[in-house]
Amino acid sequence: MKKTSLRWLTGMLLFFLTSIVFYSCGPKDTDINAAVDAKLKAIPDLAGVTATVKDGVATIAGECKDEATKTLAESTVKGVEHVKSVVNNCTVTPPPAPAPVVIAQDDPLTKSVNDAIKDYPTVKAEVKDGVVTLTGELNRSSNKKLMQAIQQLHPKKVENKLTLK
Amino acid sequence: MALQDKYKELVDTAKTSGVSDLQVREQDNVLYIDGVAPTGSVKDKLWDVYGRIDPDFRAADVVMNINVSTMAPGGKAKVVTEKSNLNIRKGPGTDQPIVGKASHEEMVTLVSKMNDQWWLIRTDGGAEGYAFAQYLAPEN
Repeated sequence: MKKTSLRWLTGMLLFFLTSIVFYSCGPKDTDINAAVDAKLKAIPDLAGVTATVKDGVATIAGECKDEATKTLAESTVKGVEHVKSVVNNCTVTPPPAPAPVVIAQDDPLTKSVNDAIKDYPTVKAEVKDGVVTLTGELNRSSNKKLMQAIQQLHPKKVENKLTLK
Repeated sequence: MALQDKYKELVDTAKTSGVSDLQVREQDNVLYIDGVAPTGSVKDKLWDVYGRIDPDFRAADVVMNINVSTMAPGGKAKVVTEKSNLNIRKGPGTDQPIVGKASHEEMVTLVSKMNDQWWLIRTDGGAEGYAFAQYLAPEN
C-alpha cells in the first residue's frame, strides 16, 4: 500500500517537473520565432526568407536573391533577443543570364545606315552580317555625331575606317 | 572581361550618372552598352569618356546605344542640323515626300517615337511629320 502511493507520488512529481520544463522552454522558442518572423517581415528584401527557432537556435531557410541578402538575413536574425546562434541555410538564386544582344538584320540595317549617312556625301557605308564598315572622308567634328547615329541602329559592330579631316 | 576593364571608366560613369535600364554585355569581343540617360548632357558626357578611351571611335569593340529620357512624347526638342533646315517627311524614311521644314535651332514638339531613327514631330507653325532623330536634341 505504501509502495504504491510512493510510486504514484514520484510519477506525479515527474509529470509536474516535465510540465514545468516544457512550460519554461516551449513558449520561449515560439516567442523568439515570432520576434524573428516580425523582424524578417519588416524588411522587404527578405520576402522569401523564413526561420524556425528550436532551443534558441534559429535556422534560416528560403531563397535570398544574392549573397548580401543572405548576410542581411543572418545579421537580422542574430540581432533578435534570445537567439543563441544562427544556421543560415538560405539558398542564393543565381542571377538570370543576361539576354543576348539583338543584332539588326542586314536589310533594315542597310536602309537605316544609308539614312544616317545621307547628309555626309563623302562617307560610304557597307553592311555585312551586321558589321557596318564606314569608309571615305569626314570632318573630325562630325565623327562623334555619326558614330552616335550608327551605333544606335543595333549593329554587330562599327568598323570606322574614315579618314578624318 | 578584358573589354569591361578597358571601358571601366565609361561603365562606371554610366552607373554614377543615373543612367537607367543600363545593360553592359560582352559578346564576340564587342561590348554592348545600352541604357537611358536622364539628360542630353549625360549622354554627351558618356560619349566624351568613350572618345577618350577610344580616340576617334576606331577600335570597333563597343556599340553604345544611349537614349535620353527627356526625349519623350510631349517633350520639346531642338533642331540640331549643321546649319540647314530639317526636312519633315510624310513617313519615316528619306524616300518619303517632304511635307514641311523646321529651321536650324528651332524648338519642335515631339509627338511620338517611330523607331530609333525617326520621330513624329510638330512645329509651332503647325507642320507635322517625321524627322530624323539624329537632328533632334533634348532640351537640356
